Amino acid sequence: MQYKSQAVAKPYFIAAIGLFVGQILFGLIMGYQYVVGDFLFPAIPFNVARMVHTNLLIVWTLFAFMGAGYYLIPEEAETELFSPKLAIIMFWIFLVAGALTIVGYLAVPYATLARMTGNDILATMGREFLEQPLPTKVGIVIVALAFLFNISLTVLKGRKTSISLVLLLGLWGLAVFFLFSFYNPSNLVLDKYFWWWTVHLWVEGVWELILGAMLAFVLIKITGVDREVIEKWLYVIIAMTLITGIIGTGHHYFWIGAPEYWQWFGSVFSALEPIPFFMMTVFAFNMVNRRRREHPNKAATLWALGTGVMSFLGAGVWGFMHTLAPVNFYTHGTQITAAHGHMAFFGAYAMVNLTMISYAMPMLRGRSANSRSAQTLEMWSFWLMTVSMVFITLFLTAAGILQIWLQRMGSNPMSFMDTQDQVMLFYWLREIAGLVFFVGLVLYIWSFFYKKGEAHIAA
Amino acid sequence: MSETFTKAMARNIFYGGAVFFFLLFIALTFDTVQTLPKRDHRENITDSVVRGKHIWETRDCVGCHTILGEGAYFAPELGNVYKRRGGDFIKAWIKSQPTGAPGRRQMPQFNLTDEQLDDLVSFLKWTSEINTNNWPPNIEG
Ligand code: HEM
Ligand code: HEM
Ligand SMILES: [Fe+2]
Repeated sequence: MQYKSQAVAKPYFIAAIGLFVGQILFGLIMGYQYVVGDFLFPAIPFNVARMVHTNLLIVWTLFAFMGAGYYLIPEEAETELFSPKLAIIMFWIFLVAGALTIVGYLAVPYATLARMTGNDILATMGREFLEQPLPTKVGIVIVALAFLFNISLTVLKGRKTSISLVLLLGLWGLAVFFLFSFYNPSNLVLDKYFWWWTVHLWVEGVWELILGAMLAFVLIKITGVDREVIEKWLYVIIAMTLITGIIGTGHHYFWIGAPEYWQWFGSVFSALEPIPFFMMTVFAFNMVNRRRREHPNKAATLWALGTGVMSFLGAGVWGFMHTLAPVNFYTHGTQITAAHGHMAFFGAYAMVNLTMISYAMPMLRGRSANSRSAQTLEMWSFWLMTVSMVFITLFLTAAGILQIWLQRMGSNPMSFMDTQDQVMLFYWLREIAGLVFFVGLVLYIWSFFYKKGEAHIAA
Repeated sequence: MSETFTKAMARNIFYGGAVFFFLLFIALTFDTVQTLPKRDHRENITDSVVRGKHIWETRDCVGCHTILGEGAYFAPELGNVYKRRGGDFIKAWIKSQPTGAPGRRQMPQFNLTDEQLDDLVSFLKWTSEINTNNWPPNIEG
């Protein structure tokens, strides 16, 4: 750690991991409700567990992005953070708002929560991923703006690198596109059309800029490869992201009432979206192969390479699989979608966060890397989580193919619920793989407390 | 990457590409918004449909079901449920939840009034008439 104020990143990373654990616990609850339908009913209905699962995912990702910003920006700008105090205040505001929201979901019926929190004044709730009550949404905007203000001023008073610039662009984009979550017309078609401006333009647009900048930062640090080379790659990758990904939004406009020409625009452009993800993989391996130093943090290197591979598999390969309109006609809204959503979100965003945390946490704790044995444990957790996520994806894909076959093809289609009974085996297997994932996550946390062996002392 | 291809060139492609394709996206959106009235039949969005959508949202129906293929995959598609089941069935179904059948997936009891049930059905009826380019593939959704 080169600048004292980078220390504010630490609580952000810790909160991120804590919320990640919550996310997985609720994933396991839902996974069990998929096979034993009345599990925890009516205490925790499926839709409540789902909003807890997905909202915790979003919130822990935001915590990790902010932690990454607070850690990376001072080092890139070569100056102390504009206001460490503001960063700590915002941390507590965000944590308390997040916790209250989750308690609200679990403790009160959703309709009551909506009434209590002003949804009748401005209705924004009850849409997938955007279930948060109005005060929470406003809170997210305030915290994001305070964060952006803080890091933007830091960059303005210091060195301006391409990595900082790309990170700032991505984070400002995140805040701007979140504003569409406040737009909820009573016309469902318009509602859906602009809902995707938050959801798609996040994960297949501006978040990829954040992902690229975080990965580039860690790669510079662990490989020592020339900044010019790394930043050139970064620009090419994110250029391809936006060239393909913006019009690629059209892959969500095939069947929601939008005009037919979106089948062409959406199919063609989104079919090119795997390119930047493929480049990300090549980038990570290339830089590690051309490394000019042997960084003692092997675990962080493994996470960085893993992010490249898994984001390409989840977003690139599984995304491509169902993105052409004639295929999507059958796969739309099935377990295929869930399979892709899991591997892409984990492979790209969860993994880049874990990469950053793996690199930065030892530094924040005053050493360049953890002891060899702690790293071995962390690498075990990497493999357990990654491999079980591959299996979760494969089982859901199998369930999805069968679902389509039984329910959407042939002259004598089965009903939705009858089809679900037929694919139960794969839901059981998914739940088992989910338990292995959870073991990996526990090992991951344990690796932070693992004391045996000497830690590498900061240079 | 070759040496003659510089970082400045890469940066320019990024800015140029981003701006160009964002403007194209805005233009396509403009055209879409112009053509939508013919496809979404918004003249049929009555007050009842509006209230129905509000009930749909405040009960988080989309947390279990899909609607036009978007949402959760735990329970059946409802974009075409009006065509599959009809209004009376939908109302009777919602009123009789949960089934309580052991081990089966359960839907909560929302204690909706008759007027609220009518609104919800109006919303689902209007939704089923949107021009979706013939999706879903069949009536099962
Ligand atoms: C890291 C990047 C990505 C993430 C995190 C991601 C995540 C997701 C998620 C969560 C959904 C489900 C949305 C919903 O609930 O309705 C989804 C849908 C979809 N994604 Fe991605 N995705 C990514 C990249 C891609 C790419 C690169 C492609 C295409 C090559 C793609 C193609 C699709 C398609 C076609 C759907 C709609 C599925 C349907 O019709 O049901 N995604 N994605
Ligand atoms: C490891 C155990 C996990 C289990 C058992 C699990 C289970 C589930 C279930 C049952 C759903 C709801 C699917 C539906 O709507 O019917 C879901 C949704 C989702 N989960 Fe997980 N999950 C797990 C881990 C994760 C992880 C690690 C991530 C990402 C980092 C993730 C991201 C998501 C996303 C993005 C959705 C929404 C998908 C969509 O709309 O298509 N989950 N999960
Ligand atoms: Fe997308």
